[in-house]
Amino acid sequence: MRRIAVVASSVGMLLLLFAPFCIGAYNLSLLGRFLAMAILALGISLVWGSAGILPLGQGLFFGLGAYAVAMHLKLEALGPGEIPDFMQWNGLNSLPWLWVPFKSGVFAIAASVIVPVLFAAALAWLLFHRRVGGVYFAIITQALALAATTFIISQQPYTGGFNGLTDFANAFGFALSDQRTQTDLYYLTLLILALSFLGSWWLLETQFGKLLRAIRDGENRVRFFGYDPAPYKVAVFAIGAMLAGVAGVLFTLNIGVISPAMIGVVPSIEMVIWVAVGGRESLIGAILGTLLVNFAKDKISSAFPELWLYMMGGLFVLVVTVLPEGLGGLLRLLGPEPEESRKTLAIAPVVKASEEVPRFERQETPDQLKKRMNGGAVQ
Amino acid sequence: MTEFALLIGQGFNAVSVASILLLAALGLALSFGLMGVINMAHGELLMMGGYLTYLTLQYLPHGIGYPIGMLVAFAGTAIFGAILEVTLIRRLYGRPLDTLLATWGVSLILQQAARSIFGPIGNEVTAPAWLAGSIRISGGLLRGLDLPVSRLFIIMLSAAVLGLVALLTTRARMGMLVQAVHQDRSMAEALGINTRIVDLLVFAIGSGVAGLAGSALALIAPVTPTVGQSYIVYAFLVVIVGGLGSLLGTAMAALMVGLFSAGWQIFTSVSTSDVLLLVFVIAFIQFRPRGMVSIRSRSLEET
Repeated sequence: MRRIAVVASSVGMLLLLFAPFCIGAYNLSLLGRFLAMAILALGISLVWGSAGILPLGQGLFFGLGAYAVAMHLKLEALGPGEIPDFMQWNGLNSLPWLWVPFKSGVFAIAASVIVPVLFAAALAWLLFHRRVGGVYFAIITQALALAATTFIISQQPYTGGFNGLTDFANAFGFALSDQRTQTDLYYLTLLILALSFLGSWWLLETQFGKLLRAIRDGENRVRFFGYDPAPYKVAVFAIGAMLAGVAGVLFTLNIGVISPAMIGVVPSIEMVIWVAVGGRESLIGAILGTLLVNFAKDKISSAFPELWLYMMGGLFVLVVTVLPEGLGGLLRLLGPEPEESRKTLAIAPVVKASEEVPRFERQETPDQLKKRMNGGAVQ
Repeated sequence: MTEFALLIGQGFNAVSVASILLLAALGLALSFGLMGVINMAHGELLMMGGYLTYLTLQYLPHGIGYPIGMLVAFAGTAIFGAILEVTLIRRLYGRPLDTLLATWGVSLILQQAARSIFGPIGNEVTAPAWLAGSIRISGGLLRGLDLPVSRLFIIMLSAAVLGLVALLTTRARMGMLVQAVHQDRSMAEALGINTRIVDLLVFAIGSGVAGLAGSALALIAPVTPTVGQSYIVYAFLVVIVGGLGSLLGTAMAALMVGLFSAGWQIFTSVSTSDVLLLVFVIAFIQFRPRGMVSIRSRSLEET
């Protein structure tokens, strides 16, 4: 199984590396945008697939990253002493204090990662340390996405309101309209996606990853083992928010606009469905699902806008009822059973009184012992 | 109009909003408490109730049409809820987060269906003559206060529904069964209660009440395909604050959320009051993570 995954991801990576030579400028910009979103999807896969926390407000963290870099790009396009156009229309005369530090590109990039992480960690800590989880947590993150968008829309002089931030000329000195810059951006996005993928993979292999899965499958049991699940859940949620923030930066650079409509309740829950389609537990699945659903959306919704919403609704229902493991689950049907299936964690069968309790009198080789353990009670 | 009358008028509006929230949250709280399931399509049931009332009024004379429309809304959404429970929600039992996603899909389909059938613009339901107009207070401390009859009707309606549901759960045999399943599902099953039927019934009644809420809402605002969305997040917050324990908790939470957001709207804008409401809810569950009224039990849920 693992070998298949390695081969598949290498082939996919090669294809993506050669994409700029094979597809047109329009499709390349789409692909770049979707690859940026795939970084966010990796985060959802970690938070939801591995730790069992359903985040319905990832759009908010995505938006924090996106707005941070968009504010810088907006300021970069200005001459000395000027303020952004929408501020003038709304009667502001000078740059608000919140905007001033974003003149520095380094500050903007740092903020786009640090702000979502801090915000997510604070929120998660407030809820998880009081053992508020499950559906409650999901609903609160959704309410957060709603509140954030209405807030951004209402603060038009400071945020650009409903229209969001757009009309960027340069990004860190490179002209955004230049095709060369677009290709470079594509490779940058791909590089960061690859790094995020490897990082997430590594994370799931560690003790930390194992604990996340344990918390998902039986939080109370983890408690009885002496671990406090809250810090682990806070950490993974913050990592998810970080990936969302990074995705927001790359997305904004690729598409050249960010608005509240891209980060609200509906986009946030759609992000979850990308991961669900690909297979919530599978990192590759998260990337594939993101690309698949987004390309389908782009092609179908432009031709039949009504049909797409029905399809989207149907997709939610179908994936959850028929394919809870997504496309990754389909793949698994073809391959051998994974080495560590969740079903084997069931309660150990009780030894009947009449049976003789196995005793460790014979000398066993480690292989024999392993075989006996796997076939019997303890896993 | 005196300052005081203005304040009372605001409070009155807040209570009427809170009573719609209560009707919307009631079904949500009942089925969440009982089955641990959050129905994201609950807001669309509200919308459906509004449209059913609208349709009824197309065919019936106005005076008698509205009450019949309410009954149609209740029955129609209750039947739809029952179908939803049997075909979808029952299959996902024990997977609350998955139910949430699946029902979101249902809500998308219902919204788009409403848009295709009725168009994106709102459909007005004009209140019958006996609900139109308002009570005006012309003297005393509350001089100039204007109380619309339709809002008064909504408040009374939700009080009546709440009373009826409370009566049902404490007096009727079915209500006793619901309480038993709520408190200890496996024990109730062991004693021979058919929990599937109890689940189905509660879900259907909860859906019906949402339809009724939609019907009431149609009196004060046009019915649009997205009317459910605007209420549902608040209804969720009501459920969170109220806790899973009792109707009383839900009722108090609905009042609290309604008054809180309406109260802040006097001083700040709608959006700021949204943000403040959320901060308030997060602060609140710091002190009462299980909501206002919660059932004490020794069992340890694996959620």
